[in-house]
Amino acid sequence: MRFVAFATKRSGARRKPIPNPLVYSFRGAGMLVAETWPSGPYCNRKASKDIGMSLATTQSISEIRARNKELIEEVLKVYPEKTAKRRAKHLNVHEAGKSDCGVKSNLKSIPGVMTIRGCAYAGSKGVVWGPIKDMVHISHGPVGCGQYSWGSRRNYYVGTTGIDTFVTLQFTSDFQEKDIVFGGDKKLNKIIDEVQELFPLNNGITVQSECPIGLIGDDIEAVSRAKSKEYDGKTIVPVRCEGFRGVSQSLGHHIANDAVRDWIFDKNGPDSKPRFEPTPYDVAIIGDYNIGGDAWSSRILLEEMGLRVIAQWSGDGSLAELEATPKAKLNILHCYRSMNYISRHMEEKFGIPWCEYNFFGPSKIAESLRKIASYFDDKIREGAERVIEKYQPLVNAVTAKYRPRLQGKTVMLFVGGLRPRHVIGAYEDLGMEVIGTGYEFGHNDDYQRTAQHYVKDSTLIYDDVNGYEFERFVEKLQPDLVGSGIKEKYVFQKMGVPFRQMHSWDYSGPYHGYDGFAVFARDMDMAVNSPIWKKLKAPWKDVPKPSLLAAE
Amino acid sequence: MAQSAEHVLDHLELFRGPEYQQMLANKKAFENPRESAEVERIREWTKTPEYREKNFAREALTINPAKACQPLGAVFASVGFEGTLPFVHGSQGCVAYYRSHLSRHFKEPSSCVSSSMTEDAAVFGGLNNMIDGLANSYNMYKPRMIAVSTTCMAEVIGDDLNAFIKTSKEKGSVPADFDVPFAHTPAFVGSHITGYDNALKGILEHFWDGKAGTAPKLERKPNDKINFIGGFDGYTVGNLREIKRIFEIMGIEYTVLADNSEVFDTPTDGEFRMYDGGTTLEDAANAVHAKATISMQQWCTEKTLPFIAEHGQDVVAFNHPVGLSATDDFLVALSRISGKDIPEELARERGRLVDAMTDSSAHIHGKKFAIYGDPDLCYGLAAFLLELGAEPTHVLSTNGNKAWEEKTKALLASSTFGQNCHVYPGRDLWHMRSLLFTEPVDFLIGNTYGKYLERDTGTPLIRIGFPVFDRHHHHRSAVWGYQGGMNVLVKILDKIFDELDKKTSLLGKTDYSFDIIR
Repeated sequence: MRFVAFATKRSGARRKPIPNPLVYSFRGAGMLVAETWPSGPYCNRKASKDIGMSLATTQSISEIRARNKELIEEVLKVYPEKTAKRRAKHLNVHEAGKSDCGVKSNLKSIPGVMTIRGCAYAGSKGVVWGPIKDMVHISHGPVGCGQYSWGSRRNYYVGTTGIDTFVTLQFTSDFQEKDIVFGGDKKLNKIIDEVQELFPLNNGITVQSECPIGLIGDDIEAVSRAKSKEYDGKTIVPVRCEGFRGVSQSLGHHIANDAVRDWIFDKNGPDSKPRFEPTPYDVAIIGDYNIGGDAWSSRILLEEMGLRVIAQWSGDGSLAELEATPKAKLNILHCYRSMNYISRHMEEKFGIPWCEYNFFGPSKIAESLRKIASYFDDKIREGAERVIEKYQPLVNAVTAKYRPRLQGKTVMLFVGGLRPRHVIGAYEDLGMEVIGTGYEFGHNDDYQRTAQHYVKDSTLIYDDVNGYEFERFVEKLQPDLVGSGIKEKYVFQKMGVPFRQMHSWDYSGPYHGYDGFAVFARDMDMAVNSPIWKKLKAPWKDVPKPSLLAAE
Repeated sequence: MAQSAEHVLDHLELFRGPEYQQMLANKKAFENPRESAEVERIREWTKTPEYREKNFAREALTINPAKACQPLGAVFASVGFEGTLPFVHGSQGCVAYYRSHLSRHFKEPSSCVSSSMTEDAAVFGGLNNMIDGLANSYNMYKPRMIAVSTTCMAEVIGDDLNAFIKTSKEKGSVPADFDVPFAHTPAFVGSHITGYDNALKGILEHFWDGKAGTAPKLERKPNDKINFIGGFDGYTVGNLREIKRIFEIMGIEYTVLADNSEVFDTPTDGEFRMYDGGTTLEDAANAVHAKATISMQQWCTEKTLPFIAEHGQDVVAFNHPVGLSATDDFLVALSRISGKDIPEELARERGRLVDAMTDSSAHIHGKKFAIYGDPDLCYGLAAFLLELGAEPTHVLSTNGNKAWEEKTKALLASSTFGQNCHVYPGRDLWHMRSLLFTEPVDFLIGNTYGKYLERDTGTPLIRIGFPVFDRHHHHRSAVWGYQGGMNVLVKILDKIFDELDKKTSLLGKTDYSFDIIR
């Protein structure tokens, strides 16, 4: 049995059926789309490159808008009617002046579409709690969740791993059938004893629930309370982040934030003594996971301007830092999505103001330093100016070196948290243009911020994009760079599109702060301008056929 | 300021500078850190026999296991069939994890969908997710087959895949005759190798035994073909290619079942191939007629092989055969089953491996090794080390069972080089840490996570296993066949020589022994 399928090629040329059943790609609809879509310079990567201009600048805003709208319509055709209706609400073209991006968000993913999203456990253990370095985080349930998230997020820290620091250890209750049938509370009870015995320098324990915990009715709160009492008030935090809760990682962030509130703040009380003498310049970094050292290259700037960072949430963070945060004078919030909850709570309960900032790229860094400084006195304001001035030569040198190599290049993003908007400024500092972006698990307040402060008119917006949609969009818009995750990386590289992982910094980083901007610029350059992208086609392919064959 | 545009410093160097080091030292004050003497005391304590005893007394806690969960294996097996989209019924985060995990190892795309069940599905069951999910997947990704497996969520609430798929077909999600094999793959039973087994059996059962009651069962008409099953294998790309080469030079007609060697090694030429290669569905069905089935991994096919045997075929299982004797046994069995002679070409390859072993044996002989990994791989590697005159000392498999323990013990008992070796089923890498401290060895063989053990205990790590995230492209080289044995030998030797050089490269101290010829 043979069957015909269609290959999707980056060249934008019309697809031909490939009769070899072993070589095909999935898009039966591909041919239809290619034939009905208008062909033009924007369908042909070469044409735009030859004249040395990016795609978007060759067309008017209204042309781009029309093209993007058409693109969305075409993509929706693949779906069954019900699905098309639902997905249509998540895809749009941004219109300047609108208060949001005109898409629905934070809704359930549709079954079977290959969503890129993860789960609440990933949001809690993987993002919020996992980086707290002096606590033992138990992945409570079957072995897989902890295994797949083991050490993969690059939350850098300093400590003696396995002795007083535990970020890159995989603690799991490795549920077996009997634990499902009889419940896992007794096992959890024993696990906590074993943690205490084998890791006596741990400063606390969290219980990160996997799917079965909530389904079999375990009472991890009762176990945690009892064990805390047994170990002289030790901090033991049960987290109800079962993977089936909510629609994405996002609810896991919220649940994890609430667990800090209920099991750390409430436990200590607002009047508990800090371990250090407070100053008027104490701030906490909230929502920086120190991926590749991001929080460090941020902290150094804050300290240089005269502030004192008393806590990092949660990259390279510790329980003591979480506990001390209610003593901060200002909470500065990088990843709004994952930690706005606790910031709001601290504002309501302790009267601590919070301020969002963006440390990607010099324009946003300077803006943010001044914004943060505006909460303090002249000393800090002058400090901010001093820092901006100090790093200006570095910024100039980095821009001088890399901007000519990246000017006019187009980028499409699909990431989580704050990055679908926050990194846009850094690209623009390098002369690049973001022509499409979307959030894996954003809410409407993310899209509002995006619309009001970041994206340009006619930018393609895709919420909770799936494999099919993303590939189609990239194929048609032909960006010079895609920034997304590991699941997307190789797909686009196969298509010949330069790619950077924008969750893990593709094993590089830091990207935050001035030091990070240099790394960011270097990495984008090495992705876009790698010589390999010019060599994808075998030299003997696409050569005009000999006349003998043509005569057949 | 150390950063500059001329020489951009990333995380590797940036934070080592004095400004950052001072900053990190200042940060400590806010961390409520333990006394460094206390940290040092505990660190030393964790190296002791006393700690080992407490560590081995663990009954509930698992630390750094060397295993993953069932659906990962199911996805791995499913993509080995032509145009097949794995569909995992349950929570969606799991699928994101499997895809990431496979992509990080193979540096390749990994396509798989989820039925995205959430709270309401937990209450009412996931039938609607299945109905919608199958319809969407079918329309979007145009698969030839959708292979369904389950996450632990769907298993805990007891969703019935057979009934759900039937209902979905009735509702028109996919055509009635569209192939949707399925397997229940609860994460709280076994490991990824169990999931491989269940998924493969599910697919064969589907084709051979009447497609869940919708077609007549196939009647076996024996032919001369031989089925081949690789099992869950991080080297699947290189290994399956090597095995096909061997089958071809022996002139044997064969079917590789779950052949994912192409989909995990597609070219970069401007085209993304979501599906590539794979066992054709006809071949999967016709495999029932084969005269025999060979499994390279006994513990990956504990259910599949008996199922095949019930259909009247001879079945033979190996344990990830690596090296000389194991390849001999494999080829002799192949020859016996097929009736084909082993060609001279393979005899010459064998001779070359023997040649390499004699050339290098002095460097390996008597060296002590610790091995961990999937049960079959551990067995295969231990057997190779024994014939190299090395001494396996700790063999540990988190997903190894009692039968594996017995079989591995028997292997070790059969050689003078295996007398001082212990076998550890069901143990994890924190146990291994204690073993390496209390009974040190010269080298450790394992996957990427072994680098934590290497750092803690100073035991040099030779990366063989799954996953290998931090070295590139090794999955493209075979470890099976004589040539695969050669690859493994070279990998081990490279590490041995690197260590020799490292230990003798202190200028003014060890100018001797720093030999140019080894």
